[in-house]
Amino acid sequence: MALYSEKVMEHFRNPRNVGVIEDADGIGEVGNAKCGDIMKMYLKIDDEMITDVKFETFGCGSAIASSSMATELIKGKPVSEAMMLTNKAVAEALDGLPDYKMHCSVLAEEAIKSALDDYYSRHGSDRAEDESSKKIGRPVDAAGRS
Amino acid sequence: MIYADNAATTRMSEAAVNTMVAVCRENWGNPSSLYALGQRSKEILEKARDDVAKAIGADPREIIFTSGGSEADNTAILSAAKQGAKSGKKHIVSTAFEHHAVLHTLERLKKEEGFDITLLDVHEDGLVRTEELEQALRDDTCLVTVMYANNEIGTIQPIKEIGAICRARRIPFHTDAVQAIAHVPINVEEDNIDMLSASAHKFHGPKGVGFLYVKKGISIRNLIDGGAQERGRRAGTENVAGIAAMAAALTESLKNQEKTAEIVTRRRDRLIRGLQEIPHSALNGDAVKRLPGNVNFCFEGIEGESLLLLLDDKGIQASSGSACTSGSLDPSHVLLAIGRVHDVAHGSLRLTIDEDTSDEDVETIIRAVKEVVEYLRSFSPIWRDLMAGRKQFIL
Repeated sequence: MALYSEKVMEHFRNPRNVGVIEDADGIGEVGNAKCGDIMKMYLKIDDEMITDVKFETFGCGSAIASSSMATELIKGKPVSEAMMLTNKAVAEALDGLPDYKMHCSVLAEEAIKSALDDYYSRHGSDRAEDESSKKIGRPVDAAGRS
Repeated sequence: MIYADNAATTRMSEAAVNTMVAVCRENWGNPSSLYALGQRSKEILEKARDDVAKAIGADPREIIFTSGGSEADNTAILSAAKQGAKSGKKHIVSTAFEHHAVLHTLERLKKEEGFDITLLDVHEDGLVRTEELEQALRDDTCLVTVMYANNEIGTIQPIKEIGAICRARRIPFHTDAVQAIAHVPINVEEDNIDMLSASAHKFHGPKGVGFLYVKKGISIRNLIDGGAQERGRRAGTENVAGIAAMAAALTESLKNQEKTAEIVTRRRDRLIRGLQEIPHSALNGDAVKRLPGNVNFCFEGIEGESLLLLLDDKGIQASSGSACTSGSLDPSHVLLAIGRVHDVAHGSLRLTIDEDTSDEDVETIIRAVKEVVEYLRSFSPIWRDLMAGRKQFIL
């Protein structure tokens, strides 16, 4: 039996959305070098839609594949939907990860959320002035509940 | 395919395969049986014992066949510990970068039997200092166990000197020679070795077979109770085919050992020079006092498992000390023992070549490693921070 699923290997060999967005609206970095995994996510957000996403990852095969899959799952989606991304969804989309590699999918989820948090904290104050009635810095889910 | 993971295991030699098949087909009798079929197996077994003994300068009665290196290590250490405990000696000296077959056995003795274990520093070059060993010895030291050559970084320890120190103090000295035997000349008499562990599959023999050399006069406690095989020191019907194949592989390796070592060392050094051209990389372990086929590097800014997977895609099999390849959270204890910090230990690569690795293969490996390291760095956030000066280079 192979170490990883075909899907993991495919995303590892041809990772989607690799790189940097210079004028990103939100940047998130999680993990640390000591543990051997760092993921950095860059988001371009336009009108609450994720119009572009890029990643950089230092890590093993499943960390790179998880980053790649996570970016695919949120690209072109509303922020509200991205906020609900789970590590389980990432792992399932990759046709599963070995048990001891599940933390890679957790890291991918956390990286996306960290980038979204950054987006909210950066853009929060602007919107607070424009739409003072709207709660800032808290994600809303797909149904619009805060 | 370029197989560069000979420290993990080796391809069986033709001589070993042929011997094994022949024994399985023709001499499958039980060596303990008294009829001719059994006695032929016994002859094969004893011929193998003679050959193995001769290979290391021992007496055939000093060779115990085992299931491999781990069993040999366990047997040697537990025997010495039991012997020591009888006279109240419960201190063992070893090194921080032993194989887990040694380290975990020592940990168990510490936890379950209250032994005191001193693990010697192996310094940045991966070498034990004999003066530090001497200082670590105590009146209650019942065993010194130091590996002949390290399995990850290939550094060769001052075994003869360590043996001499132990002899002078009348302390039994065991060495795990699993990586060294057949690759460097070993003579248990000249090297002052009391016990030595070896494993066949590291020198083109089969898996599941090895041996323990025990100097005459040292008592051994069998791990497995049962029949009287191996002079009562290791019960269980002997793996005759495997043992004969091991002897064949060892004899063949030793015949060409000097020449092989010379060729492989030259290729190893070329490999080291080639990989040193990669910026922010470092060779792990002493460049000279190391096994002929061992190359071990750390590359800053990348992680070892992804490096291995991409090299495999290019037809090169290698190994790494990264946490991801071990299934644990920590990178290799060997790299940590020589002072590599976690950040760079995760980016390690071990290439262990042999006589089948051609000059052309070496050039292919150098090119492939350069390409893959550059590619992985191109989207590594650590590398970006290092290049932007936001983080200090370690290597």
